[in-house]
Amino acid sequence: MEFEAVIGMEVHVQLNCKSKVFCGCSTNFHAPPNTNVCSVCLGMPGAMPVLNREMVTKSVAVGLALDCTISRWSKMDRKNYFYPDQSKNYQISQYDLPINHDGFLDIEVDGKSKRIGITRAHMEEDTARNTHTLGGGHSGVDFNRCGLPLLEIVTEPDIRSADEAFAFLTELKQILQYLGVSDCNMEEGALRAEANISIRPKGTEPFGTKTEVKNVASFSGTYKAIEYEIARQTQVLNEGGKVIQETRGWDDDRGVTFSQRAKESAHDYRYFPEPDLVPIVVDEAWEKSIHELQPELPAPRRARMVADYGLSVYDAGVLTQTRAMADYFEATTALAPDAKKVANWITGDLQALISNAEGDIRVIKITPTQLAAMINLIEDGTISGKIAKEVLVDMFQSGDDPKAIIEAKGLVQISDTGELEQRIAAVLATHPAQVEEFRSGKEKVIGFLVGQVMKATQGKANPKMVNEILRKQLSN
Amino acid sequence: MSTISKSDVAYVAGLAQLDLDEAATARLVGEMNSILGYMEKLNELDTDAVEPMMHAMALTNVFRDDEVKPSLPRELALRGAPLHDDEYFLVPKILDTEGGGA
Ligand SMILES: [Zn+2]
Repeated sequence: MEFEAVIGMEVHVQLNCKSKVFCGCSTNFHAPPNTNVCSVCLGMPGAMPVLNREMVTKSVAVGLALDCTISRWSKMDRKNYFYPDQSKNYQISQYDLPINHDGFLDIEVDGKSKRIGITRAHMEEDTARNTHTLGGGHSGVDFNRCGLPLLEIVTEPDIRSADEAFAFLTELKQILQYLGVSDCNMEEGALRAEANISIRPKGTEPFGTKTEVKNVASFSGTYKAIEYEIARQTQVLNEGGKVIQETRGWDDDRGVTFSQRAKESAHDYRYFPEPDLVPIVVDEAWEKSIHELQPELPAPRRARMVADYGLSVYDAGVLTQTRAMADYFEATTALAPDAKKVANWITGDLQALISNAEGDIRVIKITPTQLAAMINLIEDGTISGKIAKEVLVDMFQSGDDPKAIIEAKGLVQISDTGELEQRIAAVLATHPAQVEEFRSGKEKVIGFLVGQVMKATQGKANPKMVNEILRKQLSN
Repeated sequence: MSTISKSDVAYVAGLAQLDLDEAATARLVGEMNSILGYMEKLNELDTDAVEPMMHAMALTNVFRDDEVKPSLPRELALRGAPLHDDEYFLVPKILDTEGGGA
């Protein structure tokens, strides 16, 4: 039987506030265990939580970016359960009045656009981190993470494949980074994705039994886990078995999901309104002020880059991967008008230099003005494209202006007709055999001769002029 | 009329990790039914024209600025714990991987 996958995602995003959601403890990830803790985030009796305004602002910013309806009235609730990842025996979250609801995110897979519904994006506190490696029959609890500002984004079960899930996560992460509301560092757990996966016979409506894949450390891991889970469930059903509703982990080394716990008794969290926190009202004025500070988001920016600069969809996609790179491109091309060439330099040589140095375009020494100057020096014939590559390496290391580097190193292109004629005549004189070959019809040999001229001039000869003069001299 | 049975009490007690004996269970069945009965009474009122209330206090938007304040010294934070190793709070080894809330 042919099956179709039905997938919904739950994404937890740590919002990058300086302090925790309900107390003034630092959110620094690298602090030693239990040093960013206080009576509030340790859940000591009598301690009162007070909501971080920035948490609300950043949550609404995400909601707006995902085309959600922003709740005028919203509140916090207690989610009750026993587990040593919090000390109060409840987590403060949002239940029936999430701050953001009913939005969507458009993704693109194989050139086709698809809309993924966003059910809700609600505020909550992160939980403590458990460590199981201490020995002695104990687990350790580190409350530094407890109370970090967390936004849980829940999608509709609109996703049908691992590819769509991957595209969704990639687009979502890009939006979060454009908004500047999260570091999205997956190794540090700032972005955690869970997938609810079920399959049903193609063309039927009712959902099958779902499994929930948790604790996957990367998007590619999520992709592989979904592929695996679809194949596993298909096999179970084809063999006449039943899928068990359960949480499954992902073993990246073995490439398999494994059962973590059967959900025989569905959790009953007995949510109730958090009496220690008053309702949150995001009025039109507040929503508008957040809306006005929204940056241009990745999808509209990609479309504008194609329209404004005549870039290919591919180039626009690469250049808008980060807001910093897109900004860098636009600042450069404002001064060097050939956008396609600017795009090639940034996504090619410059990106390679940055990657090799494990750098970041936000802090490199080359300014957009300097890069534009270098590209203009190629355009006006001062240097060849080949020399420019060397100049760029120098600029990357020193931060010097291209003109200064070219002058200091004597890299100016030879575009003087008289000098080039002399140099070329000398090369032809030392390669009579190749000259004969050319004259007897072997056109291809001209490439070799151009190479010899470039070698004799350390790459400084103007290649276009070399070609012209060579042909003229050879036809004499 | 919704009524609370013995098994409802046992279920809620289980969620709250309470160990109840027969007598306590029987007493709670009575108490919880009387509380629910009171609610039923309230349900008889016509509240169509009454705005729902979200909080006992007529306050909204009580916020703090996003500023870091000093945390507790770790020694102090750990002091009240039944068990710690000067770095971590220690709890009986967590066997299953049943995640908590987030
Ligand atoms: Zn705290």
